[in-house]
Amino acid sequence: MKELLSLFVSFFKIGAFTIGGGYAMIPLIEREVIDNRRWLGREEFSDLLALAQSAPGPLSLNTAVFVGYKMWGYAGASAAVLGSVLPSFTIITLIATVFTDVREYPLVDAAFKGMRPAVVALIISPVAGLMRGMHPALKIAALLIGFGLWYFALSPVPVLAAGAAAGIAATIFKQHKKERK
Amino acid sequence: MTTLNIIAQLFLSYLKIGFFGFGGGYAMIALIEDEIVVQHGWITASEFADIIAVSQITPGPIAINSATYIGYTMAGIWGALAATTAVCLPAMTLMILITRFFIKLHGNPYVAGTVAGIKPVAIGMIVSAAIMLIAAEGEAASFTGWISWIIFAGALVGSLFKLNPILIIIASAIAGAVIYYPL
Repeated sequence: MKELLSLFVSFFKIGAFTIGGGYAMIPLIEREVIDNRRWLGREEFSDLLALAQSAPGPLSLNTAVFVGYKMWGYAGASAAVLGSVLPSFTIITLIATVFTDVREYPLVDAAFKGMRPAVVALIISPVAGLMRGMHPALKIAALLIGFGLWYFALSPVPVLAAGAAAGIAATIFKQHKKERK
Repeated sequence: MTTLNIIAQLFLSYLKIGFFGFGGGYAMIALIEDEIVVQHGWITASEFADIIAVSQITPGPIAINSATYIGYTMAGIWGALAATTAVCLPAMTLMILITRFFIKLHGNPYVAGTVAGIKPVAIGMIVSAAIMLIAAEGEAASFTGWISWIIFAGALVGSLFKLNPILIIIASAIAGAVIYYPL
């Protein structure tokens, strides 16, 4: 019980203090899980992190699940997830209760008019970094997929499935070629 | 539509978002946008941009923040609980499986191939989310003239120079308040 509580507290802290989510959280999680609590070794953590990045869902949540599960099974995973979600759940619920009223104030409305284009810039800015090291044909494919998703208002899900299938097909092809050599 | 009906739909939508949310926060934005703005029309594109802005300056990932927010505005606290639980469930299930079979998955060429195949699609999803916000018109527009583009360019440069996103959002809010406030 004490262990579960400490898991909950650790991930509550991580959830409450990492604004913006995602990669900003990693150093904080590392410090808490590896240096402070010594729940996992550095190598084990980085291996699991690599898998957490390729799994669906927010990275911070995935990290909470694997650390919690590794420590104390299902109960540990639940405690860690609850801890990491609770801060944002509480804050967003509080914001949601007042947002529709506050949103109508001319000053707030003006501020949001300024924020919207900045949001688009924040969304688009990691694209160049993500593409680094990719084959030029794949870079063009990524841009075409982006344009196509928007233009045809496609659901991303089947396109994701097609991408996964193409990746597996390419792997089979490579394995096959290797065996023939 | 009854509230219970809405809660059920919220749950299913966010289960889908959680399950297919590959490629991190920004790629998930395209998925959330598709479900919430395009398929269900629960909110407009500009309201969605507002939620992302709020999400950038509050703790927690956008997927969870948007689940709580949309759930709450659509169906109160039960809606918020249903959507937030739904978005967490797939990650919990899949990550537990991954942790259990960790040794078998690590370094597996097929897993690596799947991830490599998903990557361009995830990047494309980010691009499409941005285009959709730029292209939205009328009430739903995020861009309302050349001033919007200047703010966009400033934020982009700041972001490429690794300026903290919180600072970028706060600076753009101040810029907006100064420029657009009707005197």
